[in-house]
Amino acid sequence: MAGIPALWLAVFFLIPFLIVLKISFSEARLAIPPYAPLFTWLHGLPVPRIHLASYAYLFTNPLYLRSYLYSIMVAAVSTAICLLIGYPMAYAIARAGEAWRTFLLMLIVLPFWTSFLLRVYAWIGLLQNDGLINNVLLGMGLIHHPITLLQTDFSLYVGIVYSYLPFMILPLYANLEKHDPALLEAAADLGARPLTSFLRVTLPQSLPGIAAGSLLVFIPVVGEYVIPTLLGRTDQIMIGRMLSDEFFDNRDWPVASGVAILILLLLVVPIVLLQRLERKERFAGSES
Amino acid sequence: MNAQPSMPPDPAAAYVRLEAVSKRFGEFCAVDAVSLEIRRGEIFCLLGGSGSGKTTLLRMLAGFEPPSGGRIYIDGEDMSAVPPYERPVNMMFQSYALFPHMSVEKNVAFGLEQEQLRPGEIRRRMGEILAIVEMSPYAARKPHQLSGGQRQRVALARALAKRPKLLLLDEPLAALDRKLRERTQFELLNIQQRLGVTFIVVTHDQEEAMTLATRMGVMDRGRIVQVGTPAEIYESPVNRFVADFIGSVNLLEGEVVGLGADDLTIRCEPLGCTVRAERRLECSVGDTVWAAVRPEKILLAEGAPPGPAANCVRGKVREVAYMGNVSICLVEIDTGKVLRVTLSNRAGLAAHRDLKHAVVTLSWDAASPVVLTR
Repeated sequence: MAGIPALWLAVFFLIPFLIVLKISFSEARLAIPPYAPLFTWLHGLPVPRIHLASYAYLFTNPLYLRSYLYSIMVAAVSTAICLLIGYPMAYAIARAGEAWRTFLLMLIVLPFWTSFLLRVYAWIGLLQNDGLINNVLLGMGLIHHPITLLQTDFSLYVGIVYSYLPFMILPLYANLEKHDPALLEAAADLGARPLTSFLRVTLPQSLPGIAAGSLLVFIPVVGEYVIPTLLGRTDQIMIGRMLSDEFFDNRDWPVASGVAILILLLLVVPIVLLQRLERKERFAGSES
Repeated sequence: MNAQPSMPPDPAAAYVRLEAVSKRFGEFCAVDAVSLEIRRGEIFCLLGGSGSGKTTLLRMLAGFEPPSGGRIYIDGEDMSAVPPYERPVNMMFQSYALFPHMSVEKNVAFGLEQEQLRPGEIRRRMGEILAIVEMSPYAARKPHQLSGGQRQRVALARALAKRPKLLLLDEPLAALDRKLRERTQFELLNIQQRLGVTFIVVTHDQEEAMTLATRMGVMDRGRIVQVGTPAEIYESPVNRFVADFIGSVNLLEGEVVGLGADDLTIRCEPLGCTVRAERRLECSVGDTVWAAVRPEKILLAEGAPPGPAANCVRGKVREVAYMGNVSICLVEIDTGKVLRVTLSNRAGLAAHRDLKHAVVTLSWDAASPVVLTR
């Protein structure tokens, strides 16, 4: 049965990856396709023409490095905000009564029923200069000129946190929901105040949930394209936008492929971490 | 928090006092106006079936459930406003509730760390208590690496490490197999006497209650039905529920037909004979009563009785269950009613083998039946 997932991965991940890898080592040219073949045939023998110019360009141009660092920072800050908001929410849902729990979980999942793009556009309507928030504040006389909310770090984080919060809450909830309430009673019985009980019993046991939720937010946010394009700053772009620009505006496929490969390398560490964690969770689950 | 093992328990002092304590969950009354006094140094067992309210009562003592009515005093102090983490009480949970992410050592130290003791003192007391429960070699293990019996010991050590004056035990032995349970019972008694802690044990297992308890309270539907020593409760149950719940019993319904100075006669239709019993409670002629006769107090003799007499019936053995130390016989008497009789296995296997289908005489002493009006 292991053959089917392997085949799936080969067709939809490994082969595309190899194609992108191949392109990243090719030379760009104005043609269709817009890159030179990696091998030329000479007297019936393949001669490789490996071209490192794309990578050299990426590493020497500070624009790309800045964009990478900015993406990582945005992903890290968004993950932290999602954790701070998501943990109390997941905790409250896990502690709520049976009937409430189903209802609250449905509220978490409900936004997925409308288009992601539509929800991000809706934020433009709320945040722009003549948007709902500014109009209400102006109308109440609290401000006299509209505040610039859109195309700032603020609007970027609002969009990302809003969109990715469920990915933090759901794994955290799955973890917290399994906690034995008797453990908190035992802690209280042994003299621990509620805060101590939380820090020493609940928090350590929820670490796998925190890690899973954080990785599920961090990994996709690093490569996020839509939200930064619609809500983010114009003077500092994230790496996902960079990638798209190289592909579709510059039509420099080798450089774009190089960007993609570097994003992947950057994310290999957290992705491996996530997989190891999932394996451990599954093992722990089968044990009990 | 220092229990002095050398201090003899004062039998007169009510250490724990419950005054009309009730607990309602919506419409359901889990504990119904329970009043109870538990003395210092006692092992008090709360015995009852599931849903009898015994665990709810224990959880109110620990502070996990606020009572809906009444007051709880521990050592003279009203516990109403005291949160669980400030009560001089520790609890051993039925599921043990060991912290799965902490080693045995860390589990036991947890309570001590909350008292802001010096690290050296914590280590010393932890070592001491682990030695008492014989778990020192496993100090570094995690709970999932321990057997059920070992977990039980760690749970006990963790609860005792804070040297509580009152330890609450919720079905402490339920998760152990029979052999281990018997051994652990005596170890619990031993530790209790050594440390001089007052124990309140909740159990549904009457054998466990009988072995452990200095006194016990039998609970039924949220109420305490009877409080007494195990012998008092076994020998003089106050009603049919208690008689039937503790051990097994033959309940013989009848009508009082004669009252003597210190005995009474009951005409017992389903038995087809009269029952003579000692008169230990108020009743009058014509009352409906139940005579409760324990199976081990019935004498079984082979052959039919010589003639009609009180406390004497003829029957036929239907079943014999050989239990090793005793045999349980089900004897169908002439009216069709089946009585349970226990025979001690003094003579060995051969003596009981051919009893099945034998005609026998059952008889008992006038001192044996307990007459119950409820």
